[in-house]
Amino acid sequence: MFKNKIAAISATVMMAFGVDAQATTLTIATVNNPDMVVMQKYSAQYEKETGVTLKWLVLDENTLRQRVTTDIATKGGQFDIITIGLYETPIWGKQGWLQPFEKFSDKYDVNDILPSVKDALSYQGKMYSVPFYAESAMTFYRKDLFEAAGLKMPENPTWTQIADFAKKLDNKQTGVHGICIRGLPGWGENMALLGLVGNVFGGTQFNMNWTSAVNSKAWNNAIDFYVNLANKYGPPGVVGNGFNENLNLMAEGKCAMWNDATVAAGLLFDPKRSKVADKLGFAQNPVETWNKGGAWLWAWSLGIPSSSKNGDEARKFIEWATSKEYINMIGEKEGWVTIPPGTRKSTYTNQKYLAAAPFAAPTLKAIESASLVDNTAVPKPYTGINFAIIPEMQAINNYLGQQIAGALTGKTTVKAALDSAARNSDKIMTKAGYIK
Amino acid sequence: MKMMNTSTIHNKSKSPRSKQKIRVWPLLLPSVSVLAIWAVVPLVLTIWYSFQNYNLQAPPAVFGGLINFEFLFTDGDLPVVVMNTLVMVFGPMLITVILGLAFATLYDGPFPGRSIARLLVITPFFVMPTVAALVWKNLFFHPVWGLLAWAEKLVGLEPIDWFSSHPMLAIIIIVSWLWTPFSTLILLTALQSLDREQIEAARMDGAKSVSRFIYVVLPHLRRPVAVLLMLETIFFLSTYAEIYVTTMGGPGAATTNIPFYIFSRALMGFDVGLASAAGIFAILIANIVAFFFVRNLSEQL
Repeated sequence: MFKNKIAAISATVMMAFGVDAQATTLTIATVNNPDMVVMQKYSAQYEKETGVTLKWLVLDENTLRQRVTTDIATKGGQFDIITIGLYETPIWGKQGWLQPFEKFSDKYDVNDILPSVKDALSYQGKMYSVPFYAESAMTFYRKDLFEAAGLKMPENPTWTQIADFAKKLDNKQTGVHGICIRGLPGWGENMALLGLVGNVFGGTQFNMNWTSAVNSKAWNNAIDFYVNLANKYGPPGVVGNGFNENLNLMAEGKCAMWNDATVAAGLLFDPKRSKVADKLGFAQNPVETWNKGGAWLWAWSLGIPSSSKNGDEARKFIEWATSKEYINMIGEKEGWVTIPPGTRKSTYTNQKYLAAAPFAAPTLKAIESASLVDNTAVPKPYTGINFAIIPEMQAINNYLGQQIAGALTGKTTVKAALDSAARNSDKIMTKAGYIK
Repeated sequence: MKMMNTSTIHNKSKSPRSKQKIRVWPLLLPSVSVLAIWAVVPLVLTIWYSFQNYNLQAPPAVFGGLINFEFLFTDGDLPVVVMNTLVMVFGPMLITVILGLAFATLYDGPFPGRSIARLLVITPFFVMPTVAALVWKNLFFHPVWGLLAWAEKLVGLEPIDWFSSHPMLAIIIIVSWLWTPFSTLILLTALQSLDREQIEAARMDGAKSVSRFIYVVLPHLRRPVAVLLMLETIFFLSTYAEIYVTTMGGPGAATTNIPFYIFSRALMGFDVGLASAAGIFAILIANIVAFFFVRNLSEQL
């Protein structure tokens, strides 16, 4: 009887091990953007095809970044696949925190990925994450309001022209604001746009010796202009408006113009989600005295932490989610307007996509002309367009964003805000050892 | 036989405890030591990290000496942050105590609909701070879609953008709204334990209702008010959710208190060393405030 008991117990234990060995579970951390939510929906199909179980953690951008950063920096090992951007990828790739993508399967056309995006996600020639979607920034405007006022939006407007249009189209009676613009403080919020404005007004964020350049004449001009524009022709409560709030306002028809992520085009163009789907025009993001660095490059990409033991399975999932076949599937099933944009050359030669999405061509132009290296009027020591791709950037630009929000609400002058931010930046960079 | 009984009784009254002392502390040791570890280990780690120069994204942690403290105390924002913390403690405290007293007095005697009114006045306490802050931000304070904006437009005024122009006041309002029920409950219970005969006696002596209130009711409430103030200090020092959901500490540093400052340095800037130093500083501030309270109110307890 004792022998039978042992046999029964060992058989159960072995069965348990056996079952474990067959089913891999991948834990995926991702951001709660619409494209990711769609990916989660279709991943049920992937689970059925491959037998891999997927566990999802879907969070807003800020919380996701906190969780993933603390996990990967402390080697917590919670995740197999993480959604990161072109800010984290080179830094973490350099630290050895991400598994490099050295080989792809044959059917996965890695050379189809747009070169600027591929380079942004690489370190020393190796890719450390694979782009899920990429974006730049562009100007959205209401063709009907422009026509009614006899105005024409040029393909490459300047901020001065935009301010002029905003003045002419701002109409308190009809509740249409001249321009909807970001005001919410944060390095990925208002600073994402203001970093560009600083560039095209002739500025940079760091001098060659890493001291701060945000209190320069160029930046003062840029932020004076922004504060003026936002307060005069923007909606009330602009300091609380980020991407989502402005998207809402634009889709509800309350804005004559909006400068923001190209990825918003898909949402604004969908008649199910936007009241102005048939009234939209697109132009490049504005320049001013300097004609480069006016639009950002951003990619949400999938990477594998070094601590993950399921690297091979994770790689397979990532290839599935970023492949041409996936994009085609979303195009057929969800509509071509909503496919994850900006990653592959084949997307922009796909006739069905081009027919459904008039914003495709300006988006491609914006992505291809965004250079992480050559974008400022004066030399700079960092890589990046609207922010420096260094670990200290988050603290510095969060503070700068907060100070500018203070200037926007009149709590401080623009000059005082920028001086305070420059001092803070210098302190942080000295502490981190950049400034000797 | 009888004598033996009395002697055994006599021996029983001198219980065995007096001769064979049972030492109590070995019995308490497990739970106290767990508690001590729970409290001390994080404190020691925080102190250790406060001396390290450590950005999570740029490891490793390097011994930095006093660099974090130097950074903290030369931060131009620090006086503002400390001031904000104190305002965020004493502002809602003042409002909740006064309103709590008012509600408690109102609800003391019976009136039609009292049970519903009591439910309504107690409910805000059960709403989670994040939810309450979002409701206030989007449904009351919002300059386009909010109730207050609608009311202001009705009378022809320009809607106030609360979180831009009066962010601190807005946060104080939210916190007060959440905590007035707590204050009301404590004071109401205390009021209902007041001896009615004292009030009767005062009335018969010709004291008017205001004098009755000041000279009979308020002294009786001194102890519960002291408890209330201490509890609210503890909770308001760590106000965080309301700020995170509405202003993120801004504009500028207008609504950054010490907990939010630590969060922004630790989890938005990933500077573990600086955040730990700020944490030590927070412990110091909390202890100073507690010291003043204990000294002034200990005789009440």
